Amino acid sequence: MKKMNTAFQINKKDNVAVAVHGIQEGEVKVVCESSHYNITAIGNIPKGHKIAVQDICAGEHIVKYGVDIGVATKDISAGQWVHLHCMKSFCDERSSHLDVMTGAPSDIAYL
Amino acid sequence: MLIIYTVECASFVAGSIARKMDDNDVEVIGFTGCTDNEYAIKMLVSFCRHPNVGAVLVIGLGCEYVQAERLAHIAAKSGRLADWFLIQDTEGTKASIAKGLSIAREMYRKLKQQKTVPMHFSDLMIGAECGGSDYTSGVAGNMVVGGLFDALVEAGGTAIFEEILETIGLKQVLVDRAASEDVAKQIAWTYDKAVDYCKEVHQYSISPGNFAGGLSTIEEKSMGAVVKSGTTRIEGVLKVSETPAHGGLWLMDSTPDPYWMQFGISNPSDNEGLTALASNGCQLLFYITGRGNVIGNAVAPLIKITGNSETFKKLHKDIDFNAGKILDENCTRSEAVAELAGLVCRVAGGELTRAEETGHKEFYIPYKHQNKPFCRK
Repeated sequence: MKKMNTAFQINKKDNVAVAVHGIQEGEVKVVCESSHYNITAIGNIPKGHKIAVQDICAGEHIVKYGVDIGVATKDISAGQWVHLHCMKSFCDERSSHLDVMTGAPSDIAYL
Repeated sequence: MLIIYTVECASFVAGSIARKMDDNDVEVIGFTGCTDNEYAIKMLVSFCRHPNVGAVLVIGLGCEYVQAERLAHIAAKSGRLADWFLIQDTEGTKASIAKGLSIAREMYRKLKQQKTVPMHFSDLMIGAECGGSDYTSGVAGNMVVGGLFDALVEAGGTAIFEEILETIGLKQVLVDRAASEDVAKQIAWTYDKAVDYCKEVHQYSISPGNFAGGLSTIEEKSMGAVVKSGTTRIEGVLKVSETPAHGGLWLMDSTPDPYWMQFGISNPSDNEGLTALASNGCQLLFYITGRGNVIGNAVAPLIKITGNSETFKKLHKDIDFNAGKILDENCTRSEAVAELAGLVCRVAGGELTRAEETGHKEFYIPYKHQNKPFCRK
């Protein structure tokens, strides 16, 4: 039996939810406090990563735990994967050039 | 029982004595530098008076800055068994090991005659640090520790959280929890110093493993880390080696103060933060991990907690508690908090942690400067 896609939205104010078990493209049940609603995942979301639960415009803040955790660097649609390729830190100037899957920095040469 | 070396040159003798004692209650710590550093001395002094320590043997080489006799005197004055000697006054390595071993065995014999007394949950002081964080840290591991800290504070106990470098982006969230206006200023000063530090060294406290685990920014990691402090007000900011004045929740500042226009290195590994929390007087430590770790601590038993059930499965012989069960939907957060409280009481009563079982005894006492008063603007 295919496991139902689930994501946890920690705070009502959040515009992202956490894919606790990893998400396959398609319908996702988003659990927020004691209620839940459905969205459609656009592409797969790796385990532990974030999925947008609403459309987010470039320059808008990414909100998780009810707190601003970064800023969108491009337009993000509801259901899309949210990570280093489309958001960055407010303060960490190295945060948006890291390898999107491994997080390894690419600005130090191994010579 | 603690065997302390005052410089790297004395560490072999100290370590040899401990190895020959071969007992879980005998630990070694020390300072490697032949340098005069108030920060390191304060840490060593805090361990000479630590609640988990009943006997102290200090071993020096004889020409270093850190004074073995003065450390032993502090331990003795606090009512502990204490002794010291210098290797240069003894006839070399073998004679020093034999001498130390004979002192240590006699101290150990006396120590074992001490009667144990009952303690209450409210007598506990617990420090928390996280490491190898992933997406589960903020929603499971640190959530459960936060719940336990709330219960500990409510019972009259003391909780300390650190990692000010992992509060970046959350200045207002922390300042809003200050117990007084004065504490708000302390938190703001400590926060601003941490941000200056990160800017100066071009390094924020987030690593490739954190990103790969689904955390996108330091702000996101910070929020997950701060969750471990629970929800109570913050009584004040502690420097390393400083004992809290009363119960409640405290924030520990481990960032170096700027010195000669330089900060030095702050957190080379989690062992430093854990050793610093022990220096505040914590009898027990929590280490919350997502990706997993195997470390322990020489002075305070370390309870390792993961919010990631897969990590727990892989490292169950090294990790004490699986908070990941609250994500697997068969356990509520309050059930997990109650279960963790049970484990805390058993460990406080002498049950061995996984780190103790596996023989881990890490510590880290760095050269650092932290002697600036809080700036009160």
